[in-house]
This record gives sequence, structure tokens and C-alpha cells, in this order.
Amino acid sequence: MVKQVKIKAENIDFYYGKHQTLKNINLQLYTNRVTAIIGPSGCGKSTFLRLINRMNELVPHSRVSGRILFDGLNIFDPKVDPVQIRRRAGMVFQKPNPFPKSIYENISYGLEVNNMTDKRYIEEKVIDSLKKSALWNEVKDRLKDSALRLSGGQQQRLCIARCLAVEPEVILFDEPCASLDPISTGKIEELILELKQDYTIVIVTHNMQQAARVADYTAFFLLGEMIEYSDTQHIFTAPHDPRTEAYITGRFG
Amino acid sequence: MNKTAQNLGFGFLYLTMFVTIGFLALIIFFILARGSQVLSWQFLTAAPRSGMTAGGVAPAIIGTLYLTAGAIIFALPLGLCCAIYLCEYSPKGFIVNIIRISIHNLAGVPSVVFGLFGLAIFVNYFKFGVSILSGSLTLGILVLPMIISASQEALTALPQSLREASLALGATKWQTIKKIVLPGALPGILTGVILSVGRIAGETAPILFTAASFYLKGYPKSVFSEVMVLPYHIYALMTEGTHPEKQTAIAYGCSVILLILILLVSFIAILIRQKQRGYQNG
Ligand SMILES: Nc1ncnc2c1ncn2[C@@H]1O[C@H](COP(=O)(O)OP(=O)(O)OP(=O)(O)O)[C@@H](O)[C@H]1O
Ligand SMILES: [Mg+2]
Repeated sequence: MVKQVKIKAENIDFYYGKHQTLKNINLQLYTNRVTAIIGPSGCGKSTFLRLINRMNELVPHSRVSGRILFDGLNIFDPKVDPVQIRRRAGMVFQKPNPFPKSIYENISYGLEVNNMTDKRYIEEKVIDSLKKSALWNEVKDRLKDSALRLSGGQQQRLCIARCLAVEPEVILFDEPCASLDPISTGKIEELILELKQDYTIVIVTHNMQQAARVADYTAFFLLGEMIEYSDTQHIFTAPHDPRTEAYITGRFG
Repeated sequence: MNKTAQNLGFGFLYLTMFVTIGFLALIIFFILARGSQVLSWQFLTAAPRSGMTAGGVAPAIIGTLYLTAGAIIFALPLGLCCAIYLCEYSPKGFIVNIIRISIHNLAGVPSVVFGLFGLAIFVNYFKFGVSILSGSLTLGILVLPMIISASQEALTALPQSLREASLALGATKWQTIKKIVLPGALPGILTGVILSVGRIAGETAPILFTAASFYLKGYPKSVFSEVMVLPYHIYALMTEGTHPEKQTAIAYGCSVILLILILLVSFIAILIRQKQRGYQNG
């Protein structure tokens, strides 16, 4: 399969107020590939992810310059509606954030706000998404229960199901396993590898093994800069930059 | 030594709680004891007779219900929209803070001042006359700050992560507000409404010049009619007329009804909140 550029970030600078959080980021994400973003806490991984679905503009006094091309379309073009971008780039947040509604409604919500009215289709889609996110067997008898009664790992898989139901093209995972046990983590990693067939995937993670297991490409961020970006295997076996090597071998400081 | 000091402290706190509850119980007991003798089906459903020394207080009950409903119908949508604008749409910062502080201060204005304002604006300027409409609008303005503050608090308390979750699915801002933010904030908003209803039903000063009448034959016919209302009726019974002993008993009867009305509204609102909360907490 020839690799296709899905998203291309060009010269991205980003500021929260006066504080510059991202410095001249240039990065390409490929269709049907998983790209991991690693780096120490506070280096701007989440900030970069939240630029791709235009979530950062909700933060007052934030400012961005540069371009992000989504299939060639500059998402910061004033003519582009952020709602359209968010429909194409789904996001799974670091902390599971299900709606205080039933399990079923958590998934049907995304379809309804996207003007889907066919009840039969919605029902099929809910079931299908729950199956894909490996949650179906655990919840099939209690779809009317509150989603907040699920365990943390189940909630995170519900958030993934919710995201899949609206059929985005890109899925942005922000440390999806941060609050999960190894078994739930394993399930989500398997899921990511499956989803790769149909989606472009970005995953922020603090777990080096996880990046090595699921990602085709890995980017290393440090203090708002992208230090290195290449094949995962290459980055973990023969990093170019001494700082990358220090980070992945845990000798950072 | 430390232990005794601690026990003393706890004892004191316990005592204050006991005193507070004691007063509350005393008030309710006192009013019930004095008022319950006049309570009867007739008292609830008939109009006053014989110079307000006999008969019932139905017109005053109806009037209180009308004014309360009118004020909420006016103040809730207005206050809620205002709170939504301030929390969800307006740019955060200096101006919004000024507005927030102004609204808080408005809540401290004595109610008789609102009464004068209502007289000048609704009764005279808009020529609504002394009427249900003028009274409802005046009471509505009186509780507007309370409703705005409660709604604002409820909206700010809702985690930002829920808004983000909704927007990230491609919902528009308005869809997010309608389907996620408002249902989530409902318990807090209802709290504001409960407090407002209690306030409205018990106020006398704002309706003195704008809606209330000492005595009326028959029931109000339209929103431009004057009305009898419970708090003002109590006031009238205690200050005018020729048979103080009979009138005092009726006044206590009115107090019981007022208490029950307010408790009833609170109870219904609490039930709705419980149901909502239950769902939100899993
Ligand atoms: N809403 C905000 N307002 C102001 N500054 C922010 C905001 N969010 C993040 N920052 C700052 O921007 C920098 C980058 O934050 P970001 O959340 O992107 O880091 P991260 O790499 O995702 O870290 P972590 O691994 O801990 O999640 C940090 O210094 C942080 O303090
Ligand atoms: Mg982060």
C-alpha cells in the first residue's frame, strides 16, 4: 500500500496568551497508519492534537500560526467551519468523559447531532460501534443504564465507540490508556491496530512500549519543539538525536 | 486535655444545630397550632364573608398562585437566557465580571424599592394599572438576579470536558448547550427556581402598589385585574377591620396555607432534582 499524506502540519506556532507552547512544528500523518507522539509532560502533545480538530480555539487568548492541511484543505482558513473539521477528526480524551446519559444515548448522540433521524440505522450503528470497541458483550443487556455506572476502562471504550459511530476519517487518541489497567489497555491497543484498516490514527502516549507496539511512526516532542520524527522502529533502535535517545531509554533529566 | 477541648467544641456545634432546628420547629408548630383550627375545605374554596371575619380565602390563594406563576414565566426564560449568554457566549473578562457583580448587588436592593419601580414603570408608564401583569413583572424583576446567579453557578459547575466531548463529535455550540449543558445544569437551575418561588410567594412590598387589593368581590378575570394575595391578606387582617380575634385566627390560617404552598413547590422541585441527579451519578 502506498502511503498517502492525510494531514500535514506546516510551520505551526501556538501560544496560550504570551506563552509559546508549540514552536515551528512540521509533521505529516499518513492514511491507515498509526502515529505516536511521545515526550515529557507539558511539552505540547495535547496542544498539538487539539489543534487538528480545532479544539484549542475554545481556550481564550490562544493564537495559532502556520497551516494544517487536511486532505489538502487548510483547516484554519476562515471559510472552514470548525464543526465540519470535528466531524472528520474524532477525539478520545485522556480522561474518559461519557455524557451523564444512558449507554445507548451516549452513542446515538453523535448521530443525532449530525442530523441522523432513521431510528433503525441509529440502533444498528450503536450496536456496531459497541462491537467494534469490544464493549458489546459487557453492556448488551444494560444499554439503558447510566454510562457513569461503567468502570473507567469501560467508559473509555464507550468514548471510543461514541467516536467511531460518527465515522470520522482521523481519530486522535490523547493518552487513552492513562487511567486504565493492563487488561483494558491491551484491549484498546488491539482495537487501535484493527481501526488502522479504516482510519488515520494519532496516539499520544507516555508509555514507550505502547508506542513501540502500536505505532508505525513516532514523533518525539520536547519543550514545544519536534525533535525527531521517523519510523517507530528507527526511533527506538537508532535515534538520531541524543535527546531522543535519553528520553526513550529513561535517562532524561 | 486536648480531648476535653475537642469534646467541648463538638458539644457547642451540636448545641447551635439544636437551637437552629429548635427555632424552625417552634415556628412551624406555633403557626400550625394557631392556624389549624380555622382550616377547613370551605376555608380553602370559599371567598371571605362578613367583613373578612368568616368564609374562606380562596381568592387570595388563587391570586398568590397567579402572581407566582406569572413572575416565574417571565423571570425564568429571561434569567436563563441571560445566564447562558454570560457563561457560554460572552468573552470572559472584565465586562462580564462587572455585570456579574451588578447582578449580585441587584439582589440586595430592598423589595419595597422594586415595588416603587413597578408602580412607576408598569402601572403608570406602561399603563398596565394595578394588576396581575404589573405585579408579576415586578416580582419577576425582583427574583431575576437570584435566577441568573443560580443558573450561572450551575452552568459554570458543569465540567468543560462534557462540552468538549460534545463539540468533538461535531455538535454545534447550540446543540451542545441544548442537549448537554442545560440538562446537566438543570438541578442547579431548579434550585434557583425553588428559592425564587419561596421569595415571590411570601413578598408583600413589591405587590403593595402594583397588584394587591385589600378586598375584592369575585375572582380576577384577566391579567389586568387586581388580585387578593395571601401575604397582603395577612397584613390586612392584622391591621384593619373590627373583629381582631376572629381575623387573627384567619391570618394564622393563611400562614399555614402559605407555608404548605411553599413546601409543596420545594418538594416537587426536589423530586425532579433527585431524579436527574440519580441519573447523573450512575
Ligand atoms: N488551557 C491552557 N491555558 C494555558 N496554558 C495551557 C493550557 N493548556 C496547556 N497549557 C500549557 O501548555 C503547555 C503544553 O501543555 P500540553 O497539555 O499540550 O502538554 P502535554 O504534552 O499534553 O502534557 P501531558 O503529557 O502532561 O498531558 C504546558 O506548559 C501547559 O501548562
Ligand atoms: Mg496531555
